[in-house]
Amino acid sequence: MRKTSLFAAALLASAALPYAAHAQTELSMWYHGAGNEVESKLINQIVSDFNESQSDWKVVIESFPQSSYNDSVVAAALAGNLPDIIDVDGPVMPNWAWSGYMQPLSIDESIIENFLPGTKGYWNDELYSIGLWDAAVALYARASTLDELGLRRPTLEEPWTGEEFTAALKAAKDSGNYKFALDLGMNDQGEWYPYAFAPFLWSRGGGIVNRDTYQTAEGVLNGDAAIEFGEWWQSLFEEGYAPGTSETPSDQERGFIEGDFAFQWNGNWRAVATLEEVDDVVFLPAPDFGEGNYIGGGSWQFGISASSENPEGAAAFIEFALQDKYLAAFSDAIGLIPSTPSAAAMTENYAGGGPLEAFFALSEQQAQLRPVTPGYVVQSKVFTKALADIANGADVGDTLDAAVDEIDADIKRNQGYGHEG
Amino acid sequence: MATISRDNRGLRLAVRYLVLVLVALVFAFPLVFMIVSSLKPTAQLLSDTSSLRAFLPVGDISLSNYTAAFQRAPIGRFVLNSVFVTVVTVTASLFLCSLAAFSFTYLKWRGNGLLLSIALATLIVPFETIAIPLLLFVSRLPWLGLDGIEYGWLNTYRVQIIPWIADALTIFLFVQYFKDLPRELIEAARAEGASWWQIYRRVVMPLSGPVLATAAILKSLKMYNEQYLWPLIVVQDEAHRPIMVGLGYFFQLNVAWGEVMAYLSVITLPVLAFYLVLQRAFIASIASTGVKG
Repeated sequence: MRKTSLFAAALLASAALPYAAHAQTELSMWYHGAGNEVESKLINQIVSDFNESQSDWKVVIESFPQSSYNDSVVAAALAGNLPDIIDVDGPVMPNWAWSGYMQPLSIDESIIENFLPGTKGYWNDELYSIGLWDAAVALYARASTLDELGLRRPTLEEPWTGEEFTAALKAAKDSGNYKFALDLGMNDQGEWYPYAFAPFLWSRGGGIVNRDTYQTAEGVLNGDAAIEFGEWWQSLFEEGYAPGTSETPSDQERGFIEGDFAFQWNGNWRAVATLEEVDDVVFLPAPDFGEGNYIGGGSWQFGISASSENPEGAAAFIEFALQDKYLAAFSDAIGLIPSTPSAAAMTENYAGGGPLEAFFALSEQQAQLRPVTPGYVVQSKVFTKALADIANGADVGDTLDAAVDEIDADIKRNQGYGHEG
Repeated sequence: MATISRDNRGLRLAVRYLVLVLVALVFAFPLVFMIVSSLKPTAQLLSDTSSLRAFLPVGDISLSNYTAAFQRAPIGRFVLNSVFVTVVTVTASLFLCSLAAFSFTYLKWRGNGLLLSIALATLIVPFETIAIPLLLFVSRLPWLGLDGIEYGWLNTYRVQIIPWIADALTIFLFVQYFKDLPRELIEAARAEGASWWQIYRRVVMPLSGPVLATAAILKSLKMYNEQYLWPLIVVQDEAHRPIMVGLGYFFQLNVAWGEVMAYLSVITLPVLAFYLVLQRAFIASIASTGVKG
């Protein structure tokens, strides 16, 4: 009887062994790319490759529409059902880390030594997220336009000064060849405003919030540099150089391509489509208004949720996804800037001599992260509203003072957002 | 004189028709724009918006946006989800809210008036203010399923249905309608020995066609067209997403507006079909409730 029992147990164990050996622990992952066929295909490929590459973990992905992704994550954090792996927009990460939605990312940091600065998400001196790509903004122009208007071609080493930039806009307007000199994409009143326009403020020495303490916006968003920026910003619309907030998506998507605008301030995600229709398009660096020339940095990145019970598995997946071949594949498919020079060299657009090579240098040399603070999610909205109001004719000083008050009140309400004041 | 009078009548009729046609065009333009735009490539669609071509099926016309839209998102699944959630919610809502209204109107019980006032007061509470507490509540609720008791209603149909069944507006519509029904009918039925349930089922509800239609229309439109925030926070898997959350699939960095219009045209179809089938009932119900109002 005893022998029979032992035999049966051994049989059962041997039958179960092959399954036990291949049992993978499931890791849930949320991604913001639902509806983006190309992106979904790539991320699914990485997940599939990872699942096949080892026997410990199995990543199961759920994609969300980008427009509602952040709300879904915040709701899930409240309800206590966050997945193991999340992706997070760079400037939002400090908020999610501070709110306790994310935990530090434990990966071998030597892997990301060569990554573009904008792709690394640090909060409180700890790495929380890492991106496979970055994005960059440039001034789109036609080489022929520069020649016709007698403008020199700015370079990263010698960008246009603020005066040269404004003079270029005036020359374009005075030529009478364009409906407007500049398309700023004013229709997109979301994260585009701080991402795209704060660099003009930084370049004058101002800022959205004081980055030394992150406890106030006083003096940086309403100081002399900010007032000067605000007046220049307002003049763009008063002088008729750029359409205001009533600009339509149609103007933004077709205006430069159809020759209605002489210049366009736009991201690299529109570059491939523009190249297809405008033979002599050139991508120029941001102008320098006196305190350096900047563009915004930081795009979507991967991190681990605070509630994950398998952070080592989640980190293993993220490390796996950081291979150059995947960075290059993403770049080739959706046009974004790969995080490393070695991956850039593998791409069609960002390799040496490639049509978008300029963007890699822009991202490497000009990119500055938006304020790295949990309060940024509020500051971003306040800044957007202030810029829209000023564009619509509001008093510059009063508007910026009000914005400072709103930002400071929010920081106070949240006890300084964890910064050591 | 008679000729002049007839001419005047003709002129008045012509002016009236002209005004009505213009009004009809104003209402039809968005629908026409949506359908026509769904047939154009995005570049042409955007170029055409500056002229009347936006309303005309001219240029490079094809169904390619529909093909692309169906490839981009599981549209059939989203529409089915929305239709299912709408049908179940509306059916349950009509039944339970009419029962509640019946009780408020005909039965005498302590606190009747107070409870009705409290129910109606919820009309002024915006859903956004209770969304988070409700989320926390449903995320911990138990449910007896085939596998026994499980906790948490997230990622289910029931979480999209049950919180929306009872609503003050529907109860209010029924209460107002029931109040206007002749009391003699109820009293006669009581005198004949009918139970309250029999009176509800055999006397009141057969006379409530107009209010049923009105409540069904209002509730259906709300459930089908406006369900965005709630499913956004309680449904994380694609299999249970409704149409309004699905719309987000089409807003990428480079928005394919032609596909957006194709998607909108497709998800409008069930509403249009619903309207066309029940057109007479709608008009009758609106006329009826309008007279009573």
